Amino acid sequence: MSPRRRLLGTQVRTLARRSVVRTLRQPAQLVPAFIFPLFLLAVNTGGLQRATRIPGFPTHSYLTFALAIPFMQGALFSVMNAGTDLARDIESGFLNRLALTPLRGPALLAGLLAGAIVTALAQATTYILVGLVAGASFAAGAAGVAVIFALAILITLGFGAIGLFAALRTGSGEAVQGLFPVLFVTLFLSSMSLPRNLIHTVWFREVATYNPVSYLIEAIRSLLITGWNAQALELGFGLAAAIALAAMVAASVALRNRLERT
Amino acid sequence: MSRASSRSVALAVAWRAIHNFLTNPAFLVPSIVFPLFFFTAFAGGLSTIGNVPNFDFRSGYTAFQFVFVLLQSAAFGGVFTGFAVAADFEGGVARRIMLAAPRRGGIVVGYALAALTRALITWALLTIVALIAGMRIDGDGVDLFGLYGLALIVNVAATLWATGVAMRIRSIQGGPLMQIPVFLILFLAPVYVPLKLLTGWIHAVASVNPATALIQAARGFISGSPAHVALAFAVAVGLVALFALWARGGLRRAEASS
Repeated sequence: MSPRRRLLGTQVRTLARRSVVRTLRQPAQLVPAFIFPLFLLAVNTGGLQRATRIPGFPTHSYLTFALAIPFMQGALFSVMNAGTDLARDIESGFLNRLALTPLRGPALLAGLLAGAIVTALAQATTYILVGLVAGASFAAGAAGVAVIFALAILITLGFGAIGLFAALRTGSGEAVQGLFPVLFVTLFLSSMSLPRNLIHTVWFREVATYNPVSYLIEAIRSLLITGWNAQALELGFGLAAAIALAAMVAASVALRNRLERT
Repeated sequence: MSRASSRSVALAVAWRAIHNFLTNPAFLVPSIVFPLFFFTAFAGGLSTIGNVPNFDFRSGYTAFQFVFVLLQSAAFGGVFTGFAVAADFEGGVARRIMLAAPRRGGIVVGYALAALTRALITWALLTIVALIAGMRIDGDGVDLFGLYGLALIVNVAATLWATGVAMRIRSIQGGPLMQIPVFLILFLAPVYVPLKLLTGWIHAVASVNPATALIQAARGFISGSPAHVALAFAVAVGLVALFALWARGGLRRAEASS
């Protein structure tokens, strides 16, 4: 391994460790990321179980149908957590001090996302276990669970990078927090609560069809309800990868600009 | 003399809070946009739920969800006012108001008046949007008076609750403590379908949740078939009485600390 690559690895490891430890030390950030999605899952499952009686509903268990949603809500929290942490580094001058070191941009971004990914893994494990205990079905079996983990990490990477981009552009934790309602709206205006073909309100169905969040949810949902659905998985992974790539590129450019400014 | 001074304190506090609300987009936009968004997401995205067997709310799903969002905005209007109270304590403004006010009970009344004004603005917009979206109203004028009257009492109760918390903690960090109980109580009621269509644990919880009586009565008003009216108003007035004591206790704590 070249010395340059070894140095990059050391930088990523050091920053990743800091990011993970920092995440674990902030229960005020962590607890809502676990509790809120599960609370909404419980309420929606109880309140909308009757929706499974609508002709054409794909499953008899609303729990199985709704289990995909916490993964997306968890990803939204990763925007907040990753973005707020970086914004705090900018506000406190830590990033300026890092800029004086030989640290490379990709190492900083990868290191900062490590905390979000560790949280995403813990969240995914919790949601899967809660689903199993509550009686949700996993049509694609154990391999499907592994694929859900992979997709959850990819989604978190993309949404976490959006948080980093927002933090780097604005340098303000408050501005990153302001992103939450916007992303929350994209979640609600998706096929979150009903399959798209059962949404009767035409404009809502159109919005849900053009909303990429619908396809991320439907990819996870397909593994729970129908088994292996190549189209749903291609769309889900494709869009998640596209979001992650676009957000990482945007965050890299924003980082370069910010370091130039300082 | 004392009544006049209480009124002038209340009006001054209310004017300041309303002015801040109307001139700062960071306060104004969320309190207007969020109820409209929830209404759109619930009434639009879930309209098919109205076709579930035994869903027999005659005014349709849009009206069914309008009532929930109206009461939710009433409650959260009060909670947002609690945030303003907490911010006033953090910034030191509240302490100066307390020093200047001859009768401090007027401070709580002032914040409650501001919360009510915020709620009225939100309700006006929400009602217009709901009517444009084709909401059916089967209740008559008296029923609608009952509907908005109930929402008004809920707003006062939530304001007193949040103000009590804000005056005890005197920091915006008390925000989650103000809103999480309200959020829980509202969402553990029959939000998406009538109580009789709920199943399992949520049916058991919703059956004893006081918010259920409020929501059921309000839905009865809009559909022109009032039900559980006495129970709903008793619950609402009881909550106001309880949280008035809570807010008064908070005021005493704030006085003791200043």
